[in-house]
Amino acid sequence: MTLIAAENLDVSFGRTQVLYGVSLKIERGEIVTIVGPNGSGKSTLLRSLIGAERPTAGRILKEAGLRIGYVPQKLHIDPTLPMTARRFLDLPRRVPEAEAQAALEQAGAQGLMTQQLGDLSGGQLQRVLLARAILGAPDLLMLDEPTQGLDQPGAAAFYQSLAAIRDRLGCAILMVSHDLHVVMGASDRVICLNGHVCCEGHPSVVSVAPAYRELFGTQTKGALALYQHHHDHADHAAHHHPHHEEA
Amino acid sequence: MLDSFLLRAALAGLGVALAAGLLGCFVVWRRMAYFGDATAHASILGVALSLAIGVPTTLGVLAVAGAVAVLVFMLTDRGLATDSALGVLAHGALGVGLFAMALRPGPRVNLESFLFGDVLTVGRGDLALIWGGAVLVGLVVWRNWGLLLTSTLSPDLARAGGMDPRRGALVLSLLLAGLVAVAIQVVGALLVTALLIIPAAAARGLSRTPEGMALAACGIGAGAALGGLALAVAVDAGVGPATVTVALAAFAVLTAVSRLRAG
Repeated sequence: MTLIAAENLDVSFGRTQVLYGVSLKIERGEIVTIVGPNGSGKSTLLRSLIGAERPTAGRILKEAGLRIGYVPQKLHIDPTLPMTARRFLDLPRRVPEAEAQAALEQAGAQGLMTQQLGDLSGGQLQRVLLARAILGAPDLLMLDEPTQGLDQPGAAAFYQSLAAIRDRLGCAILMVSHDLHVVMGASDRVICLNGHVCCEGHPSVVSVAPAYRELFGTQTKGALALYQHHHDHADHAAHHHPHHEEA
Repeated sequence: MLDSFLLRAALAGLGVALAAGLLGCFVVWRRMAYFGDATAHASILGVALSLAIGVPTTLGVLAVAGAVAVLVFMLTDRGLATDSALGVLAHGALGVGLFAMALRPGPRVNLESFLFGDVLTVGRGDLALIWGGAVLVGLVVWRNWGLLLTSTLSPDLARAGGMDPRRGALVLSLLLAGLVAVAIQVVGALLVTALLIIPAAAARGLSRTPEGMALAACGIGAGAALGGLALAVAVDAGVGPATVTVALAAFAVLTAVSRLRAG
């Protein structure tokens, strides 16, 4: 069953087009990861799906009554706004104590209840955001770079808790990452994005796809690939694999 | 019972301070201080227009402040609300308003009462308007609390939860315009923003949750309104400036105390 689908999505900021004809479908229960270099439109794609960016062309179809849990890449908390982790879980509606406790535990954020959001470390805040996102028993959980600032074991543990959440809620998970080889093992499907969808499929298929190797370098087995790709969209477009028409 | 002008002044100050304490928290959290200035300064233009066409000043101020509120909302929404654009709007409206008042034939208007407030002349009708407005502000904010707070924290989180953060911003803008319109008589156009921001900022150090901060801001605002009235009567000064002075003293003391406690 398709939860959400994008059809030929174009998104622009002013005169700069960020997404070109992006189509994707997310089915219930699957874990899909969008990978791509910086500036490839990953966050923009997620934000379009939640309705925060208005596409210039194309459309987004959602299952009726679709509940989305969203974990943003960053949450800037103005220091003038006092907010405990517990109170944050009550946004926008109050939740019973037991549910709040359970959500924090599942997200690995137990014990943070009474802390101010502004005092949390990056990883702790990420887990509190996750706890809030799973509170409404979402059909679709969307996470933007959730393991930013975590080391590799930390990231691996985070993906494990995501898989457990998926199994328990039966929800789909769509996330954005540039944490290539860790995320590969945790996903059912990988979408490789660079303004447009370069390739997609099972991680084992994508990791040997020419388009993927071109984006992330040939040594994609190691973490080095993260640092060694020096592709930006401009020189990328000169290469041979199928691309959108340059404007 | 409402015969005493001092009692009416106290009630008027209290009503405005409570509503301002509540809305002021959002002004501080969302960094909308410019917004208070823009609508408040524009209200002078509203006074001039009301006098010119002969309608109650509250009505004219409400119309102009509301229009400016919507304009600022639209500029912000399109990313055009630059510092200079807002400055042009706020001070332009103030200047044109003052100029228009000077052009008006007949006796000169006492500008001071509009710029700094004149709470001692508040009548029963004004009192009804102020408290009606304060209750309305309280009700609307209470009904929309989840939306307002979520979209203040993160518009994207609001969107993902199926809420429209723009609606939250518009509701706040209009409420602020309404508050400015009724607050002009109490603290004046130049001091409205102070009544919004100072109690909320003073309440920050005392609070662990947004609700706690809103309550504390209302309390501090109410204390400043009553204390300011008492101070003004005691030393024969303007009530608006005295109210802001008391609020500022509360801010200084509370900030120092919370700094000391935090070590």
